[in-house]
Amino acid sequence: MSEQSVDNVATESQPQSIGIVTPQSQHFDQPLVLASGRVLSEYDVVYETYGELNADKSNAILICHALSGHHHAAGFHQGDKKPGWWDHYIGPGKPIDSQRFFIVSMNNLGGCHGSTGPTSINPETGKAWQSDFPHMRCRDWVNSQRNLMKLLGIDQWAAVIGGSLGGMQAMRWALEYPDELRHCIVIASATKLTAQNIAFNEVARQAISSDPDFHDGFYIDHNVIPKRGLRLARMVGHITYLSEDGMGQKFGRELKAGSFMLGSDDDVEFQVESYLRYQGDMFSEVFDANTYILMTKALDYFDLAREYGDDAIAAFSHAKCSFFVVSFTSDWRFSTQRSREIVDALVAANKPVSYAEIEADFGHDAFLIPNKRYENVFHAYMQRVAEGCQ
Amino acid sequence: MRFDLEVIPHWIKPGSRVLDLGCGDGELLQKLQNDKQVNGLGIEIDEEQITACIGKGLNIVEQDLNKGLANFQDDSFDIVVMAHALQTLHDPHVVIDEMLRVGKECIVTFPNFAHWSCRLHLNTKGRMPVSKFMPYSWYDTPNIHFCTVKDFEVLCAENAIKVLSSTVVSHDSSESFLGALLPNLFGVTAVYHISR
Repeated sequence: MSEQSVDNVATESQPQSIGIVTPQSQHFDQPLVLASGRVLSEYDVVYETYGELNADKSNAILICHALSGHHHAAGFHQGDKKPGWWDHYIGPGKPIDSQRFFIVSMNNLGGCHGSTGPTSINPETGKAWQSDFPHMRCRDWVNSQRNLMKLLGIDQWAAVIGGSLGGMQAMRWALEYPDELRHCIVIASATKLTAQNIAFNEVARQAISSDPDFHDGFYIDHNVIPKRGLRLARMVGHITYLSEDGMGQKFGRELKAGSFMLGSDDDVEFQVESYLRYQGDMFSEVFDANTYILMTKALDYFDLAREYGDDAIAAFSHAKCSFFVVSFTSDWRFSTQRSREIVDALVAANKPVSYAEIEADFGHDAFLIPNKRYENVFHAYMQRVAEGCQ
Repeated sequence: MRFDLEVIPHWIKPGSRVLDLGCGDGELLQKLQNDKQVNGLGIEIDEEQITACIGKGLNIVEQDLNKGLANFQDDSFDIVVMAHALQTLHDPHVVIDEMLRVGKECIVTFPNFAHWSCRLHLNTKGRMPVSKFMPYSWYDTPNIHFCTVKDFEVLCAENAIKVLSSTVVSHDSSESFLGALLPNLFGVTAVYHISR
């Protein structure tokens, strides 16, 4: 195991930043057999850790990221102004308290932030994988996370926690390795996507693949990137992660430039347009198009109960951990109904489960945004997770 | 602990699977888990109570009882408890019906509106009773369907609900004695153990 990645561990009880963190990288020589049947003969994963592993290694928490997330979940990288994607909920005194837990967050395979993915070199060809990179399933991520877990000397996670696509990984953990986690925390997730969800993902993928710079996914060979497609894909996605009310509150119908008087001859630009363009631009600079396609495909194909006779109750009957499920009222991409299905199946399977439905305005994104009730109930549950650690 | 919550455990076998509807801060569930090692699940709608329950290590699901129990399977619990929530429901008879479907047996407790102090209050003051156990004014109360011991027995009779046992609990021991004789007059809270 490499050295502790947190350089600055705060000690006060008031919630605060975890400080400066440094990602770590781990190479694996052991081949990973994927759900698709293809094999990654070797691979690298990039991850961050926060807090310290206790003597009996009982306080380890795995954070699973969603579609466009990565290993940088909390704290700051040297020189960065923006913290990791879940900084509100991970850190000293926060629900996932780095003073109590040893927190591991890994960039999924197929990602574009350091773990082996489409932009990495395929050792067999000496060229970037690009769209030849194997498609991934949640269970492949779970298996690669497990390999890292073993390397870190952890036999059982105190909890596996994830939102959205991360929640799917957390549930998969509970079914694949039931003895290796004590708590499974599933936030704004579902046992499978709805047709509407798949439809939005397909629009995003089409936006990318119809960009003339896409070249069937071999754009690196052509020294270009399908920025326009990726930008559009992100804009569509972004709309679905917010709620109508949330967008209304944030942007209203305010104009950033131009005026209603002169109409379309003028450069009329709504705040919301400007925001989406900005988000799309930023994203297309830092995210890989093949990874976006790979991640949305993993979402589409996730079906928790498929191999259990399409019966979520039968699926969950394999789990041995306790569950905590959280949903948000304005989330229409992963609606509260989807979370209730998880809860109902868990109850029917006679598994310990708690569920909270959080009143929130910000749609699917609400799971990343500060919210007093969410923080309180999350804190209360994590208290219980901590009590199970020696 | 509220009197009815002290009576309920007597009717619950150790190790039972218990669903507690409107479990509040989880006081009963915790007692049942500690004393009877039950496998308990609470249903609650109040945000702070849910957080309190989770903090106590209880399993708790946020759900509005007024929307029914359709998400629970038939006979999936040994016992379904609803303590002091009946009077707050929009359609109490529907929820009782659902409880009897989901649970093999049920326990229902409710404040007895025919208790002598309520009768006296209404008779002498001509106003809706306000007491320690019903501390609300008529306009802001969550209690919208008060009933009496007699009313509940009529409901059971009309709906072919078996009363396995019943009792009333009162403020003190002298009243408990009278409650056994004249439950509808001296029972502050009624406790019914019922099944189909």
